Formats: sequence, C-alpha cells, structure tokens
Amino acid sequence: MTSGATLEISGLTKSFGAVRAVDGLDMVVRPGVVTAFLGPNGAGKTTTFRMLLGLVAPDSGTALIGGRRYAELPHPTTVVGAALESSSFQPGRSARDHLRAYAPFAGADDRRCDEVLAQVGLAESARRRVGGFSMGMRQRLALATALLGDPHVLVLDEPANGLDPEGIVWLRTFLRHLAHDRGCTVLVSSHVLGEVQASVDDVVVIARGRLVHESSLEDLVALSTPRVRVASPERPGFVELAGRHGWEAEADGNELLFSGATPAEVGAAAHRAGLEIHGLAEEGGSLEDVFLRLTAQLEDDRVQEGSS
Amino acid sequence: MRNALRSEVRKVLTTRMWWLLGILLFGYLAFLGGVMAFSLTHDPASMTGGLATITVLDGKTVARTVYTLAVSLGYVFPLIIGALSMTGEFRHETITPTLLAEPRRGLVLGAKLMVASALGIVYGVIGTAAAVLGGLPFLLANDGAYLGDGGVQTDLVFSVLAMAIWCVIGVGLGTLLPNQIASVVVILAFTQFVEPILRIGLVAIDPLVGAQKFLPGAAAEALAGSSLYSSTGMLGLLDRGPGALVLLAYAAAFALLGRYVTLRRDIS
Repeated sequence: MTSGATLEISGLTKSFGAVRAVDGLDMVVRPGVVTAFLGPNGAGKTTTFRMLLGLVAPDSGTALIGGRRYAELPHPTTVVGAALESSSFQPGRSARDHLRAYAPFAGADDRRCDEVLAQVGLAESARRRVGGFSMGMRQRLALATALLGDPHVLVLDEPANGLDPEGIVWLRTFLRHLAHDRGCTVLVSSHVLGEVQASVDDVVVIARGRLVHESSLEDLVALSTPRVRVASPERPGFVELAGRHGWEAEADGNELLFSGATPAEVGAAAHRAGLEIHGLAEEGGSLEDVFLRLTAQLEDDRVQEGSS
Repeated sequence: MRNALRSEVRKVLTTRMWWLLGILLFGYLAFLGGVMAFSLTHDPASMTGGLATITVLDGKTVARTVYTLAVSLGYVFPLIIGALSMTGEFRHETITPTLLAEPRRGLVLGAKLMVASALGIVYGVIGTAAAVLGGLPFLLANDGAYLGDGGVQTDLVFSVLAMAIWCVIGVGLGTLLPNQIASVVVILAFTQFVEPILRIGLVAIDPLVGAQKFLPGAAAEALAGSSLYSSTGMLGLLDRGPGALVLLAYAAAFALLGRYVTLRRDIS
C-alpha cells in the first residue's frame, strides 16, 4: 500500500493585475480520501492548482506537497499526477506518442504507456491522432498522462467535464479505489455539485479566492436545510399558512416548497386550516443551496467590508 | 537531462512536421540548385540585377555558390522548425505537461536547443545535398563539379553547420516570441524581406557600411564560406571564424532572452 502526501496550502495569494485570483487561501488535503475542491467559475481553483504545481508563482504564501514545493520534488511526475486541461495535446500526435513524449520523466516504458491507455479505456484509440478525439477522450488521455508515473498524489481539474455518464461512474470508482485502497491523496476540482455528492469524502469550498468551507461531505450536507414539498389545489391558502408560521415558501411548478418546517408540522397546520393536500413529502436540502449560501455569504462580507 | 533529451526527440519524431518540411526543403533547394547553376554558368550578370558588374565567374566559385545555397536561401526551414519546437508548446498548451514533467525551465530549453542542433544538422545535410544534386548536371556540363576540392568540401561541412545553428537560433526566437503566428511572421518577414533589404541598403549609407556583415544571414554565409551575394560581387562577408562567432552570439542572445523573458512568466 502506497501512501500519499498531505497537501498544505497556507496564506496563498496571487493577483493578476487588479484581480485578486487567490486571496490568503489556507487549506489542507489529506491522503486516503477523495477531496472535492469546489467553487464557482473564477473562484481561483485553477490558479490554486497552478501554484501548487509550480506553474504560477504565488505573490505570497506557500503550497506544499508532503512538505516540499513541486519544483523541489526530484521526479515530480512520479509523485504527483496532474491533469489541468483536457486540451494540452499536439493534435497531430497519437495518444500513445503523447504519453511516450512524457514517459521518460515518469520512468515509464512503452508497456507502461499501453497499460495506462488501457486503464482509462483508450487502448483501441492508442494510435489515433489526438486531433480527432472527443472531449471525453481527451479527458481520459489527460488522466492517463497523470497516471503515467504511478503517483501517490492526484490533482485533477474538472476531470469529469465532457465524460459520458458511464465515464463519470468509472472515474468515481477509480478515484475512490486510489484513495481508499491505495492511500493516495486525491484532489478533484469541480463546479458541478451533483457530481461531488456521490463520490467524495472531504469538501473544500472557495469563492473569490478565499476559503469558505472545509469539512467532510457529511458535515457539509448537515448544513443544508430540509424542505417540505406540498401538492395542493389550494395554493393561496398554503402561502398564507406559511406566512403565519414563518416558513419560507417557494413555488416549484404546481407545487410548493417550504423550508423551516417538518412534514408533520405542515400536515397538522393544513389539517387545522382545512386545506386539501394531494401530496406531502420531505426533501433533503440540496448541496447546491448550501454551496450558493456559503459562497454568497462571502460576497456579503465583501460588500460590508467595502462599505465600512 | 537525459530524460528531457529523450522527451524532446520523441516530440519531434512523433508528428509529421519534421519529414514534411524535410521533403519541402529538399525539393526547394534541388530546384534552386538547378536554376542557380544554370544561370551562373550561362549569364551570371542576370543574378545581380545590375547591382554589380561581373562578367564570368570561375567554375569553382560557381560550384561553391550553388553548394551553399541552403545557407543563402534555405535557412528559413531550420529556423522555423526550431521556432515551432517552442511555439508549438504554447500554441497547443503542451507547455503545461512539459513543465509538470520537468519544472526546471532552463533545462527544458537546454534540451530543446541540443535537439535542435542535431535536427539542424539533418536539415543541413538535406538542404546541402539537395543544392548539390540540383546543380550537379549543369556544373558538370560546364566546368566540373569540384566535389573533390578540399575548399569546396570544407564549404559543404560548414554549410551544414550553419544550418544547424539556424535551427538553434529558431528555438531561442520561438522562446522569445512564443506566439506561433507572430514568430513565423517575424521569421518570414525578416529572412525574406528585412535582411535582404538591409544588406543592400546599409551599403548605401556611409557610416553604416560594414554593419550588414553582422546581420545573421550574412554571418551564416560567412560561416559557410560563400554566398550568392558575395560571389556575385554584391556584398562582402566576414571571415569564417568571426562569422561563426556572430551567428552563435545571435543563438545565445535569443535563447537567454527567451529564458529570462518568456520562461520566467507564469504559465496559465
């Protein structure tokens, strides 16, 4: 069993002109689990990755892999496997030759190249030129490149982008296997939250280059507020009922969603008010809402800071 | 360094560019070799457009001029090939996996320069051989090929060497101007337009006479030992040694500038 390294980011800051892309970011990513790195577009995820990997120089702060900067790792691709874009290929080169171009650094021979191609499901396209590849195939090839040196740390930027549903399930299973069975450190960025719910253990949320949340997935889910879904022909009556009890009501098609109440409370109140109910169900709060709330909070802080 | 060299060699050999340009270079210079050999053996004055008055070149000068045509007119090929090795990385964003695999940027550039010098020798051999083969029928029909002549053989060797240095210059230039289109446009404009005009124009400006000898194209011809321009009496060249130094200075300057301008920047 191999063991991954801990990623430690502290005080990391980077501005591009007037834009502060990453702003005093602190976070720790531990081995043996899959960690999601979440944030809206432009939150600073990719810049953070690029600083972690030595491609972009931070203005201040550090990003360390097992206590060392990326550039200080002797054979970095045997320690860290990274896939940053799905477009980093010379279109005239075959998938296999792309891997062969980077194989010497990873200590990989031609057999290893074929092995990782098979692993990501590209064995049959190995000798095709990458120019004709679909987005999903490019994602797989980027992942194959990352795996070439059999690294214990994987850093993947939006790896599920462009993958078909089957591919997403495969990726999920594969990453969990690497983390849970082999002890690898797996950090995966995403802005599609549904993707994350099913596949990760830990969650780091950033917005505007700052950390807004860092916890296990369970703790993040616990932050979400459950809602009650009501189907009824008497919508005005229910809206009024919600007002009286201080529940938040929201229309969803022909149905209403209440937050701040349990199904029992809504049912009892409707019964007392003599309102007709066709359907009553509890819904788990969506991670999406938590995420929006967390990232919006930061925006509010910003506004206050700006005005004070 | 060994890993970086192997990686760079594989990058060159795994696309079609290197042999496509090789074929093009061969065809171009075989054609030019034939045309020039024919013209110079029949009507040398036609080559200068009246800029210089020459009557008839001796057979050996004609042979040397034709054999070094790769350096006089074909050097744009190794120059572009060299530049593409770096601009291609930026254009296709492969610079990211390249620098992930080898974060020491100077070492990546060093490997590209070394591979370019080897590749440049290959293009030098192709270009020089093509010029010789293209010119041979006309030279043989006139005053002989002079291929057994020691001086001519030296020219051939240095012609190959000059092409190799052009390829190295290309890498430096491509690093300094990582935008592929900009790089290729600058190379074409400079080699096909700016330098030829400067070389003739500077002669006409008194205080600057002699400066044209230090232009890279002129230095390369000095290294090769002969040139279309000089043998037709239009322009003088440096000696071989100083020519080599000037050309190498260009190579070093572009590479260093590229290293400390482009490769110091963030890759994002």
